[in-house]
Amino acid sequence: MIRLKDVEMEYDNGTRAIQGITLSIEDGEFVFLVGPSGSGKSTIIKLLTGEVEPSAGRIMINGFSVSNIRDRQIPMMRRTLGVIFQDFRLIEKKTVYDNLAFVMRAVGAKNKEIRERIPYVLELVDLAEKANRYPTELSGGEQQRVAIARALVNNPATIIADEPTGNLDPERSLELMSLLVKINELGTTVVVVTHEKSLVDRFGKRVVTIDAGHVINDGVGRYVGGHIHG
Amino acid sequence: MGKHNFGYFFHEGLSNMFSHGFMTFAAVGITVACLLIMGTFTLVAVNADANLKDLEAANEIVAYVDESYTEAEARALGEKLAQLPNVTSVEYITRQQATESFASQYPDEQLFQDLDPNIFRDRFALKVGDLHQLTGTASQVRNTKGVVNVNAYEAVAGGFITLRNVATVVCVALIAILFVVSVFIISNTIKLTTFDRREEIAIMRMVGATNGFIRWPFVYEGFLMGFLGAVLAFFFQWGLYEAVAKGVGTNDTLRLIRVVPFASLWVPVAVVFAAAGIFIGVGGSLSAIRKFLQV
Repeated sequence: MIRLKDVEMEYDNGTRAIQGITLSIEDGEFVFLVGPSGSGKSTIIKLLTGEVEPSAGRIMINGFSVSNIRDRQIPMMRRTLGVIFQDFRLIEKKTVYDNLAFVMRAVGAKNKEIRERIPYVLELVDLAEKANRYPTELSGGEQQRVAIARALVNNPATIIADEPTGNLDPERSLELMSLLVKINELGTTVVVVTHEKSLVDRFGKRVVTIDAGHVINDGVGRYVGGHIHG
Repeated sequence: MGKHNFGYFFHEGLSNMFSHGFMTFAAVGITVACLLIMGTFTLVAVNADANLKDLEAANEIVAYVDESYTEAEARALGEKLAQLPNVTSVEYITRQQATESFASQYPDEQLFQDLDPNIFRDRFALKVGDLHQLTGTASQVRNTKGVVNVNAYEAVAGGFITLRNVATVVCVALIAILFVVSVFIISNTIKLTTFDRREEIAIMRMVGATNGFIRWPFVYEGFLMGFLGAVLAFFFQWGLYEAVAKGVGTNDTLRLIRVVPFASLWVPVAVVFAAAGIFIGVGGSLSAIRKFLQV
């Protein structure tokens, strides 16, 4: 469950990225977060992952109060999240399996758990046959599916995908978004930041539109409101 | 920390070491140099101290008695000398005993075997407690009525004291400088590793790894570098010490110096080297990764 209440965010250089946003995302929801460049989408991601602290307002995510969280609690809060980036951020010198094992070890998983969990997650993203490949040996779509597997492997309550289809062609984008919908149907909350209007319209999910640091639209179905710029 | 994590951290630390081979070589090399210089000066100080103790054990101020003194007067003089500060014992040696002692030192020299005892003087062999006060004590003995001459190894004792003091000062100064240099180089080596692995560190933080988990592989890397430096330095030190000991033993002048056998020193040397190496390595790694641990 994600709650933002009157959240404001002003950076040190004076930029007011978020101006009084109130937003609620329930467990198991699938939400598209859309808006033009500079609208504040990335700042919301940073706020949700605890990379920055809000200047004002309250943020609750999966039981943690991010707005006044202690440093030692931040890792615990992040374990409830799986984050997917536009540029995949895979470790090139590790195999697909090791990219996943590495993040499981990072949260203290035992070897037995790692051996059991990784094949299951790779099967889910249809990459079971490529466990021993290196990222550079995979296509962009496959690399992004590895990134999704990595986000899933620690069984987070919420997945946050920041422009996950930005580096993919339309077919791969559709496949990837379908995969995220499938993961959502298995019970994981999914928040996808994107400006791919066609994808947003195709899936008929909840769409929250941000512009100039404000929520200008929040509704289910097709995108409504102003233009979404790339 | 679970058992499986120990293996993981150790493996990661070891592979970090090889990811920047040249810098690792430089860091280990400077650690070896630091420990070797520190060890050499410490061992010089230890040997100077051992020789001082030998000198203290065998220390004698020999006070020659006025030839006009009778044996009774000489023994009274002995009691007077025994009361001087820093004098721990006084042994009366008659000229007859001195003659026999001298002859016994040269058993093959017939010329010295039938010496007239009258060419020797009655004397006292005095032992002192603190060798640092040897000069003052010798002076007091010299000024005692009835003593006509004094032999004290002031120059030898002074030499050992100076050697020990210089070795200690140089050792402390070099340890301070080389410690800082070693920590700096190890720190920079590990900074290179952390820079190389910044993406992994960012991902680890994003998935909820604790600072401890992120820190451990780099601590192991520093530990391994410091420990490797200590092991190498120990063997170099051993070889160097044995070579110097051999050189001292075969030199006519220097063999008067007693070299403490390495067999009786290796345990403290190994322990100090290991502790110092690990301290340098772990200290360097902790200083390198501090800024990467901001959440």
